[in-house]
Amino acid sequence: MSAAHNEMGEMHAPAHASHSGHGHAGEEVYVKVFTGTRKAELDELLTRYPTKMAALLPALWIVQEERGWVSSEGMAEVAELLDLTPAYVKGVVSFYTMYHQHPVGQHFIQVCTTSPCNVCGAEDVVNALLKHTGCEELGVTSPDGKYTVIEVECLGACGFNTPLMVNEKFIESVTPASVPALLASLG
Amino acid sequence: MGFPHSPHERETLVLSKYFGDKDAIGLEGWRKRGGYVALEKALKMTPAEIVGIVKESGLRGRGGAGFPTGVKWSFMKPGDGKPHYLCCNADESEPGTFKDREIMRWTPHALVEGCAIGAYAIGAEVAYIYIRGEYTEALEKMNAACKEAYAAGILGTNAMGTGKTVHVYVHKGAGAYICGEETALMNSLEGRRGNPRIKPPFPAVAGLFGQPTTINNVETLVAVPHILVNGAEWYKKFGRPDNPKSTGTKLFSVCGNIQKPGNYEVTLGFPFKDFLYDLCGGPLPGRQFRAIIPGGISVPIQTREEAENSPMDYEGFVANGTMLGSGGVIVIDDAQNLVKQIARAARFFAHESCAQCTQCREGTAWTTKILERIVAGDGTHEDLETLLEIGENMTGKTICVLSDSCATPVASGLQKFRGDFEALIKKKKVHMVPAAVA
Repeated sequence: MSAAHNEMGEMHAPAHASHSGHGHAGEEVYVKVFTGTRKAELDELLTRYPTKMAALLPALWIVQEERGWVSSEGMAEVAELLDLTPAYVKGVVSFYTMYHQHPVGQHFIQVCTTSPCNVCGAEDVVNALLKHTGCEELGVTSPDGKYTVIEVECLGACGFNTPLMVNEKFIESVTPASVPALLASLG
Repeated sequence: MGFPHSPHERETLVLSKYFGDKDAIGLEGWRKRGGYVALEKALKMTPAEIVGIVKESGLRGRGGAGFPTGVKWSFMKPGDGKPHYLCCNADESEPGTFKDREIMRWTPHALVEGCAIGAYAIGAEVAYIYIRGEYTEALEKMNAACKEAYAAGILGTNAMGTGKTVHVYVHKGAGAYICGEETALMNSLEGRRGNPRIKPPFPAVAGLFGQPTTINNVETLVAVPHILVNGAEWYKKFGRPDNPKSTGTKLFSVCGNIQKPGNYEVTLGFPFKDFLYDLCGGPLPGRQFRAIIPGGISVPIQTREEAENSPMDYEGFVANGTMLGSGGVIVIDDAQNLVKQIARAARFFAHESCAQCTQCREGTAWTTKILERIVAGDGTHEDLETLLEIGENMTGKTICVLSDSCATPVASGLQKFRGDFEALIKKKKVHMVPAAVA
């Protein structure tokens, strides 16, 4: 329930988004994710399900953990390992909001603004974050590449308003006043 | 306030007894608190005996629909030669609900045990716990608990030394409210887009990987060990004496404009008025409760008067125009713009629609646009009728109930708080007409 979508689902590509790929002279060559321990991890996952396809979401998580986002090359690598087509994998990736199809800021901040948090002032927290990160706009990475702030739908922590996530870290009870200290703690 | 809050004397702590107790998280501490006694007992019983006790206890699904758990389990026919599966729905994402998160955070082994018993009872060797991707702490705790349970021989191909196979695996979601819908959850687990499936066939006939499957909520499964240890009669005593249809204790998550938000465990049938004012401390200073959504954002909105008259059980909420749902209580006070909050709820559904049904894809988007237009001061009286008309087209006509869930707060909001909408329309902005046109 997250990702660089605005409220009606359109994607905002961060300013520095780029697709590294094959076939362009001078660009970096794709390094495979599933080697060594990561390959062993996938092999263990495959024992848990009767189909290879069921390991798709976990495999995509491994790609994102390693690379910070899921590139077309990452999708193709997963597709080959699980006997799927790259187009199928892209279809799945684009359904779920937590897989990044573009690189995001070093600190990817998702703020819950759904009704229960909204009545407790979540929009003020968003505004404070936009101001103090220099992002100015939702879904746009700050000029220094450090932050991306988005609104997220219900994080399931409605009694802890306002909750937000910074990458994989869940932070509760954020107020506009606590935003500067929070950002400072991220480094 | 800190979580979990210190328990109120009127709470009945069964599932939440060890919330906040760090020593209950690991296997050793959990065993000292009576952990895995129920599983040991269960593995010596026949699956039919377990299903019988759960049926007798009156336990109903805690995820929202309230279907009797024992009856659901009895749909799984033993000895059909097919692999069976148990899915634990830990994709908690109904706005207002945050109880399963606390269960997994503080008592992860309770869920491993509940899943193991549930799997054995329905003839499944594998249980998957589908946890929403955002619940990083719950994921970490559940993964650690499973690892400990395997290392201790509780899970695996010789579960607790009985020679029976019980696997429990954690599966991480990737951000989609709709995956809390049981057929969407199964599709997602299979590695597909989380589109709900048409029913029938029902999951007990053809579910996960096309095989007989049962899907249960986290809170439902963690209640099962207590029922097996203490008996169905013990469980049935919790509830209103005059309402045998709602038994046991229930976790209610409380949020919004209220003194003490948090999770509370009470017996079903507890008076909602006492709950809101006594346990949760009532409204914020100088404010009054205005509207209350008692079961997650998908259920009809209640006025304060309706809420104060409701016993907190399946039938009590229905009698007062709403539903128990997932037990996510959202409180909105008189300082809020109620229409803005209904618009925000609609935006949630528009964002989360899987878009396979036209009524939902178009309906959630237009409902949002019209409501946001009204909030911005650009609405008309006709908009209100249009909203109701769209809502009618969104109800009972789609593969799953996400569409209905979007229409519900709008219809109940318009029915009970129409004045709020009209006041915004009356304040309609007068747009400047450019001089050249005029």
